[in-house]
Amino acid sequence: MALFVVGCGVCVVGGIGAFFLSRSRCASWLATAGIWIGCGLVLVPVLAALQGRGPEPFKIAWSLPGGSISLGLDELSAFFCLPVLLIAPCMALYACLYLAHETKPLGSLWFFTTVLVTAMLLLTAARDGLLFLMIWELMALSSLLLVLFDDEHPHVRQAGWTYLIATHMGTAVLLVFFAWLGAEAGSLEFSTIAAAKVPARAAGGLFALAVIGFGSKAGFVPLHVWLPEAHPAAPSHVSALMSGVMIKTGIYGLLRALMLLGEPSVAWGWSLVAIGLISGVLGVVFALAQHDIKRLLAYHSVENIGIITLGIGVGILGRCWNQPALIVLGFGGGILHVLNHAVFKSLLFLGAGAVAHSTGTRDIDHLGGLLKSMRWTGATFLVASAAISGLPPFNGFVSEFLIYIAGLRSAQAGGPYAVLLAIAILAGLALIGGLAAACFAKAFGIVFLGEPRSSHAAHAREVGPAMRWPMVVLAVLCLGIGLLAPLVVKMVLPVVSSISGVAHEALSDSVAGAMQSLTSIGWSFAVLLVLIAGFYLVRRVLPRAKQQAKAGTWDCGYARPTPRMQYTSSSFAQPLVDLLKMLLGTRNEGKPVHGLFPREASFSSDTPDAARERLFVPLFRLLDRVLAPIRRLQRGGIHEYLLYVMLTLLALLIWKGGRP
Amino acid sequence: MVSLVLPLTAWLAAPFLLGVIARIKACVAGRRGPSLLQAYYDLAKLLRKGCVYSRTTSAVTRIAPSVILACVVLATLLLPWGGIRAPLSFAGDVVVLAYLLGLARFATVLAALDAGSSFEGMGASREVQFAALAEPSFFLGMLALVLCSGHVGLSDMVSAISLETWRDSTVLLLLVACSWFVLLLTENSRIPVDDPNTHLELTMVHEVMVLDYSGPDFGFILYAAALKLWVFGAVLVSIIVPLASFPLWLQGPVFLAGMLCVAVLIGVVESVMARLRLLHIPKVLIGAAALSLIALIVELVR
Repeated sequence: MALFVVGCGVCVVGGIGAFFLSRSRCASWLATAGIWIGCGLVLVPVLAALQGRGPEPFKIAWSLPGGSISLGLDELSAFFCLPVLLIAPCMALYACLYLAHETKPLGSLWFFTTVLVTAMLLLTAARDGLLFLMIWELMALSSLLLVLFDDEHPHVRQAGWTYLIATHMGTAVLLVFFAWLGAEAGSLEFSTIAAAKVPARAAGGLFALAVIGFGSKAGFVPLHVWLPEAHPAAPSHVSALMSGVMIKTGIYGLLRALMLLGEPSVAWGWSLVAIGLISGVLGVVFALAQHDIKRLLAYHSVENIGIITLGIGVGILGRCWNQPALIVLGFGGGILHVLNHAVFKSLLFLGAGAVAHSTGTRDIDHLGGLLKSMRWTGATFLVASAAISGLPPFNGFVSEFLIYIAGLRSAQAGGPYAVLLAIAILAGLALIGGLAAACFAKAFGIVFLGEPRSSHAAHAREVGPAMRWPMVVLAVLCLGIGLLAPLVVKMVLPVVSSISGVAHEALSDSVAGAMQSLTSIGWSFAVLLVLIAGFYLVRRVLPRAKQQAKAGTWDCGYARPTPRMQYTSSSFAQPLVDLLKMLLGTRNEGKPVHGLFPREASFSSDTPDAARERLFVPLFRLLDRVLAPIRRLQRGGIHEYLLYVMLTLLALLIWKGGRP
Repeated sequence: MVSLVLPLTAWLAAPFLLGVIARIKACVAGRRGPSLLQAYYDLAKLLRKGCVYSRTTSAVTRIAPSVILACVVLATLLLPWGGIRAPLSFAGDVVVLAYLLGLARFATVLAALDAGSSFEGMGASREVQFAALAEPSFFLGMLALVLCSGHVGLSDMVSAISLETWRDSTVLLLLVACSWFVLLLTENSRIPVDDPNTHLELTMVHEVMVLDYSGPDFGFILYAAALKLWVFGAVLVSIIVPLASFPLWLQGPVFLAGMLCVAVLIGVVESVMARLRLLHIPKVLIGAAALSLIALIVELVR
């Protein structure tokens, strides 16, 4: 455990160093070195813990008022450390070059980045409710300050405001959650809570609080509203860290809460399945209608969190129905997707950042043809697009496959509820997969293929090696996890056993069939790669392979084609967006073509977030009206506030002092 | 070894299906029609030609035909015939089958966007729309078959469907077969969803996506399309025809006869129907998914 803490310390020390060297050029390198060394040190205990040889949990004698500083590292913690340890070093290296042209001092940016990384590591190790909440706040605030880096733009300040409100409402719910949990168990220490067995009547309410509190961080619909605001506003490497890794702490918290609450009930499983499906489908549907590439990616995080939640829900149902296969495949698929999503989503954000860096725009409709000028970025973005759409032979397929198999097994087991679950899983995942493939065909196709649609895109240049290599490493990981699926799934098994409380042996027996399938799939994918290479070579030995002519794209004989005639992202998505009009509420504006020789015509479409527009804006307006009278208390005088504090303390004293 | 005969037959006989469909359409229309082997002649001719590439295109256009063909070839390795297992068979192979075809589609769509023409963009946009709607109906049908056969692998599932299964769950098998036939027409760009014979009308989906391909690349795509038709036909025949009830030596011929019937059926449908308006196609696809869902409900209440 000491090594873990030292690693976190090194990371922060690098950040502090960067803070003091703010104006100097070595600030970036110092912080990056801190992150690399720190992550390297932390990796040792994490790998040991994954193999079941974790360090002894320890408690520092110095105690917090009402809590204690106790840290531990079990399989679940170690697994959730992995995305941080993979992504943070890549992100840091990328940021060194990405921020090179920034005129602002970078010290605070780097400082908060290291604080965020450290907070995410420590959060998984916290073993006390109060400590957990403190680190949770540290994580939320450091990420908020990172989002606000470009605070001269009003939309960034607006995004920061939305994020601030969302994260604090989540924390407020978590405060209630831990207070209630502590009251039921008599302590905030996780080990005591787990041993104390929370009574069933409280467990339901506690579970609901955990879902709301942790779900707002993870981005469950409709609590996701901050995601599409905050992720585009932040610098790209921060978006990669937040979207790839930070939102997973919500999933971690939910799983930890499940472990603390003891026996789950069927209703919990079903509610998570429902939340997962709704988040998954709505996330991808809203992503389809976006024009801003980072906003599109942010909505896809909502979709993937939905898939993860679906898996966890299936695992809980398996636990309730006593079906080991469902437990392994559900939980296993869900948490493997945590790792997979971290890899491909970070890669996508880094790619989007590289595009924005080199063209100066994030609007998909203004890009095009970038594959020719930005080969590395394009190729890695293509790999990540296929991976996030769940296509073989990449990693996204493996985790989705496990959940699919859970659905098929559930149908095989029979019984109306099991079949209902199977329908939900199979139809839901198939729909999400189809729409995601459509969305990424659009994102990759319009940005990187065809002709440049603006001068920004025409003058794009490939990014430098420090930005390129992190993307290549992540792309290789996408393919590696896809091909070596059985090994990765074996690594996940102990984690599943620690979440579900079912012995490791019982799980590995029931997963044997799935493992066999994964091995066959790994081989099939290898065959697929060989076939692709083979056909490509065959194509070159054909008799007239050398005869290749160049011509313009066939345009039905039209003499003056221009890049503006190409399909844009809006026109590509139009049939699906039109089909889903009811859900999306897309607003179209513009002047139609009029007359024989039309002079001007315009069209624009905008898809605001439905949850924000129809739920939160009216809700907050209502609250504003109802709470207006109370605002008289807040008048800006410090002495008045001091008086309130005194009165409150006095009231508490009387309340407590009245009783012996 | 015997299992390798299955994909070999598929690779050799797939273009023949296209010939059969064309001949049926010609006969119904009162023409003589092209030779049954026309698709083979076309392929041979295309493979002997050089290529013309658009100046707009990038490496995606060069690699896509190999990816598409590799995916479909691997998909044929997953197909069983009655009692004979597929060369590649494992629990959940149906998911791999669906996603391999998904990868092939992804490559086609990207290659279409690579040419940078509004026609091909239009085709690509329609293709992904139909695919997103067709996918759930495939998996719902699969679920119905898992319920009625009790297996989750394609080979086990097909060998479990016998005459008794037909007696027990006629409605289910019929509904799934109908739903999957609609799927077959959609995925293979057949009337009433798409018309494979016209090339440059605003109604086109698949043909317009591959408009800028020529020579061997187009040959690869044509052959991949024929194989894809075979894959869908084979899945359909294996569930409709209770192959497991026939003696082993008869299973092959019966299967081939079944494939021939599917081709004839497609030809007849193409001859007697007009292409639907594009706006109506989502309704057809959702209807197909509903058929599979009804099949599931029937199986549950039985």
